[in-house]
Amino acid sequence: MDISKLPDPFEKARTERGFGEMDDQNDPVTMILRLKDVRKCAHNWKSFTSEATPGRIVVPSEVNIRDTRQIPFELDPPEHTDYRAVVEPWFRRPKEEAYREKLDKQIDQIITEALGRESIEIVRDLALPLQSRALTLLLNVPLEEAETWISWGTHVFRSEDDPLDGAKANILYDYIDEQIDKAIAQPGDDLYSLLLAAEVNGKKLTREEIKGVLVLTFAGGRDTVINAVTNSIAYFAEHPQSLDKLRQEPEITGRAVEELMRYFAPLTHMGRVVTEDTQVCEHAIKANSRISLCWASANRDGSVFENPNEVILDRKINPHVTFGFSHHNCLGATHARQLLKTLYTTLAKKVNTIEILDHRDNLEQWGAFQRKVGFHALQVRFG
Amino acid sequence: MATITFITANGETIIAEGDSGSVMELAKAYQVEGIDGDCGGVCSCATCHVHVDPDFFDKTGGPSEIEQDMLELDDEVDEYSRLSCQIEVREELDGLILRVD
Repeated sequence: MDISKLPDPFEKARTERGFGEMDDQNDPVTMILRLKDVRKCAHNWKSFTSEATPGRIVVPSEVNIRDTRQIPFELDPPEHTDYRAVVEPWFRRPKEEAYREKLDKQIDQIITEALGRESIEIVRDLALPLQSRALTLLLNVPLEEAETWISWGTHVFRSEDDPLDGAKANILYDYIDEQIDKAIAQPGDDLYSLLLAAEVNGKKLTREEIKGVLVLTFAGGRDTVINAVTNSIAYFAEHPQSLDKLRQEPEITGRAVEELMRYFAPLTHMGRVVTEDTQVCEHAIKANSRISLCWASANRDGSVFENPNEVILDRKINPHVTFGFSHHNCLGATHARQLLKTLYTTLAKKVNTIEILDHRDNLEQWGAFQRKVGFHALQVRFG
Repeated sequence: MATITFITANGETIIAEGDSGSVMELAKAYQVEGIDGDCGGVCSCATCHVHVDPDFFDKTGGPSEIEQDMLELDDEVDEYSRLSCQIEVREELDGLILRVD
């Protein structure tokens, strides 16, 4: 019953001090650990900016592997607000019936195939294809494109043994360049064409800005979705009664998604750059240093969540920050929520048992904190 | 049965009727613009923010502590703010008027 557990390594530091410290390529980070502090810092863009050197607000920092500013992610208001308004309606399409039906079909097919196999390695052969195929819907491009993305592996900037793989990042940039050229030559109804036609304050987006939106779209929803899917399957393998509950009470599926996302927090934290000398939890933080908003820790804050380390599938009040908080909340959250809701519904409908045959944990190291975020590999048998 | 009126940012008035579920769910069923309810009603996303008509605030009551913590970081908050996912549709709310940003 322990394979699917994600322990909370932050509890002691969170309750005793409220923050943690780590180095990251000689650019240290103060990790903010309590839910209320995380929310306040996320909201306070004047003191904690996203509009720093491109890549610096990501932990581990990507400043050495990219120059392209991810948009709207690495902007502050008011620019952020204008760029976000351009893409927001597009990223809400997963609520539309036609989109949901296509997603249903994709996921049904993937689970049906998995049921037909003797066993399956979830990360590589289920979560990655599922994430990639679903992304074709978000970009509104042909399903075949997913095959190229699957060939890149689980993270577009990271290899399993290298958290910052510059060569891999270049593959993505070259691919995006090609796709933009194609959309210029032949505009369609895909995200590339939408961005090429879009204007912010009466001005067309530059090619660099368009790339910034697309890199964000590819990178932000890749290992996060893969971890969410893989962790969900490990959880249901060890908690068949939860799958039963979803069969009997399908109306709680939305709450189950929120609760498992609280528990999994597939993105451990996200950074900000400090613009002025300030304090968090009575701890002095210097201008031009970095903080991180530790979503994974905030989601286990016992002063807000009852039994924070337990999954309560139909938890009613669940103010988690898995999808971030305030103006920078996750642009892809509508897609991710719909994907997971569909996955849970499909598993409840078609799968009776999930048996874990083998697993290899994916452990992150953040200073003194070691956090299990998911799996490098998870071999299961569906029944 | 309760009749609840939503007034949207562009001045549209939507009159909704319901007898169960949350006010957020009712608003979504009537496609009230400005109510997204992204998290499905677990008090996580703050996309169902409404301003209660002051005459009705006694009936809806104020926000819980967790709800208040969400609201206090919303730029549009006022003393009659609520997250509509945290208000249950019930008979005594009949006539309620809510403004949506």
